[in-house]
Amino acid sequence: MTQSLTGAPPLLSRAYFTRDAWRGRFRRDSVLPGFGLTLGFTVCYLSLIVLLPLSATVIKSTHFGVEAFWAAVSLPRVLAAYRVSFLCALVAALLNLVFGLLLAWVLTRYEFIGRRLVDALIDLPFALPTAVAGIALTALYAPKGWLGQTLTTWGIKVAFTPLGIVVALAFIGLPFVVRTVQPVLEGLDAGFEEAAATLGATRWQTFTRVILPTLLPALLTGFALAFARGLGEYGSVIFIAGNMPMKSEIVPLLIITKLEQYDYVGATAIAVAMLVISFVLLLVINLLQAWTRRAEQRR
Amino acid sequence: MSILIDNVSKHFVGFRALSHVSLEIPTGGLVALLGPSGCGKTTLLRIVAGLDRQDSGRILFDGDDMSRIHTRDRRVGFVFQHYALFRHMTVFDNVAFGLTVRPRRLRPGADEINAKVCELLTLVQLEGLAQRYPSQLSGGQRQRVALARALAVNPKVLLLDEPFGALDARVRKELRRWLRQLHDELHVTSIFVTHDQDEALEVADTVVVMNAGRIEQIGSPVEVCEAPATPFVREFLGEVSLPRAEAATLVRLPAKTPSPEVFGRAAP
Amino acid sequence: MKHRLPSTVSEPAPVRWTLIGIALAFVIITLVLPLALVLSQALAGGVREFWGALAEPDAQAALRLTLTAAAIAVPANLVFGVCAAWSIAKFEFKGKQLLLTLIDLPFAVSPVISGLIYVLLFGLQGWFGPWLAAHDIKIIFAVPGIVLATVFVTFPFIARELIPVMQEQGTDEEEAAATLGAGGWQTFVRVTLPNIKWALLYGVVLCNARAMGEFGAVSVVSGHIRGMTNTLPLHVEILYNEYNAVAAFSVASLLMLLAIVTLVLKTWIEGRAHRQVGAPVMETVR
Repeated sequence: MTQSLTGAPPLLSRAYFTRDAWRGRFRRDSVLPGFGLTLGFTVCYLSLIVLLPLSATVIKSTHFGVEAFWAAVSLPRVLAAYRVSFLCALVAALLNLVFGLLLAWVLTRYEFIGRRLVDALIDLPFALPTAVAGIALTALYAPKGWLGQTLTTWGIKVAFTPLGIVVALAFIGLPFVVRTVQPVLEGLDAGFEEAAATLGATRWQTFTRVILPTLLPALLTGFALAFARGLGEYGSVIFIAGNMPMKSEIVPLLIITKLEQYDYVGATAIAVAMLVISFVLLLVINLLQAWTRRAEQRR
Repeated sequence: MSILIDNVSKHFVGFRALSHVSLEIPTGGLVALLGPSGCGKTTLLRIVAGLDRQDSGRILFDGDDMSRIHTRDRRVGFVFQHYALFRHMTVFDNVAFGLTVRPRRLRPGADEINAKVCELLTLVQLEGLAQRYPSQLSGGQRQRVALARALAVNPKVLLLDEPFGALDARVRKELRRWLRQLHDELHVTSIFVTHDQDEALEVADTVVVMNAGRIEQIGSPVEVCEAPATPFVREFLGEVSLPRAEAATLVRLPAKTPSPEVFGRAAP
Repeated sequence: MKHRLPSTVSEPAPVRWTLIGIALAFVIITLVLPLALVLSQALAGGVREFWGALAEPDAQAALRLTLTAAAIAVPANLVFGVCAAWSIAKFEFKGKQLLLTLIDLPFAVSPVISGLIYVLLFGLQGWFGPWLAAHDIKIIFAVPGIVLATVFVTFPFIARELIPVMQEQGTDEEEAAATLGAGGWQTFVRVTLPNIKWALLYGVVLCNARAMGEFGAVSVVSGHIRGMTNTLPLHVEILYNEYNAVAAFSVASLLMLLAIVTLVLKTWIEGRAHRQVGAPVMETVR
């Protein structure tokens, strides 16, 4: 029996089944201890806490049958909720794209009093419990609120409308774009911009044609992260949204409503649909990040 | 302590790193494994240390098969290419590490450890730097700390992986001679890996020329230069001339020879 | 080392100041105002009402429950994070990328769904529902369910901080320790742990902030029983829905304090970690 290139025992020979043979092919041998123990614990914990509940949900949803699933997911109210969630998350993510880029730029490029404080504050939406953000934003933008007052005189209603949802999601998603773009901006070599200037480009041209393309992978990644976060957000939104079915009801709220009505079929179906979308987004984000990393390495 | 490498082979996914390598190293010998990148010399060194495991063949220390013995029980002193100093420990703690991890009943007392570390630091000429951190040292100094650390555990064999590869030319030359002298003092069986022909010829008693996982020739520096056994050896050692004993400044070792208690063997 | 763009080439000063102005205005409106509002509303009824709201038995119970959930979730995920990072960063094996993606899953799941999956597992209609009911064990609508949901949503935090740092640091030092005779535990405690301590602390701080502040997931599994299954964020919701604004904001200010402490600690750790020679950059956000 000939040895294969990798030196592994021939398929299904007696040697194939020994422990040493498996060890060599599953992982590289190492002198460091604890592999079996730590990997074993990791996989067990992961399965119990994450994989088991998630699979239970998916499997339960299949019990209803495809028809019931589709019926539950395509109710007008459900579709409206998806529309609200999607559009508001999209608009909020776009807002974050613009302002996040601005903030990252200002923080990286300029010196001013309070720069470090602002830099630390950027992570506030990340650290602040969502319920606190929810009630604070509602009180702020309510018709009698500090900002709501001014906005009402301009005829703009924010609280209890989809616009309120956008505001809340913009708050939540702010750190994502800033923190993804900042490191890329910091790593930019000034040489490129100087070269552009010597070649006669205006500052704006340099920005749009030299800098922006370099930032594109990071910008898209941040956008996708903010969007994904906005889709599933609950705590900061339900206070400021009107929560009116068909108009300003977001998907997470709909799931809870269905649960309270003991409509497990509906709740599970909607949840599974959301899970599928989330995982697709996760995949897209992974790819975007790999793209960002490759772009960084090439530089 | 003598080392016998008996018909060792090792493959990684997709390529063969070592093919039926056999080598015998006498007690107190200083052997250079010389070859281009990828020839398997570092792999062989790591297998002797127990950091990697061979696919077939045996490693014998004084006739005892080490194949099932974990690296921590092999009593080898390994000096890594990039030093692998513990970055958050002082020089003193780094050198003392091997002594402080011994099981309680075998562990020397604090005074003894202190004495031993100081002795070693003097040996490698870093006496005043015991409280510095690795990040505060130059490359050459770090290398000597790594050596002191490896020697602290009374190793039966000293293994050095491209010990001077990351240093600049002048420091390299100095440390080469210094290593040779150290070996003459301590007589620890030593194997070092290098791709630098000058280094191998100048420092080692025996040169083992390797290529593509096989040994091309084993011999003294004179032999491999003047009587190359294969075309590869002839080409690899090409234009090299034998280093003459130079009257240039030598790095001196301290006059006091290390005491037997420190190194566990009779001083020469 | 890249150099800064000289002012001869950079934007003219008026443009710069306009941009800074807009950025500052944005930050004040979006980030500072909400903080100020929480504080002002909390104290709107005077200091006595503020303390009264915090000292109220239901609020105290909510505080205890929040602390309990965090006290269980954070150490559990800490142990997991260390194990996962050790096996992933120090060894080569097949399926590593899959494992990494799976560990990140909870980040992709909406909070409400994070709670729902446990209801579907342990609720009356769930897989284990009948068995639990028969043995009179309550998970959903009780403390264990809250703890579980908290563990889920904070699952990846510590692992994600440790893995890149440990990967960057490589295996050289641990191998050196092995050649010097150190055992597995010795190597971990004396060589690895000191090298990862800032990343570890960072992960714990973030994990804790999320554990104490989680709302959506806990809301689903909780049952909202006052004094028993309400965490601080849920308690805030109840007070707010009862139009008890001052009390709601008073309790909220406690959570806001947590957020500020988190930010301070975070900034401090980042500073220390950068000053430590050879420490890689930590990622807050994926």
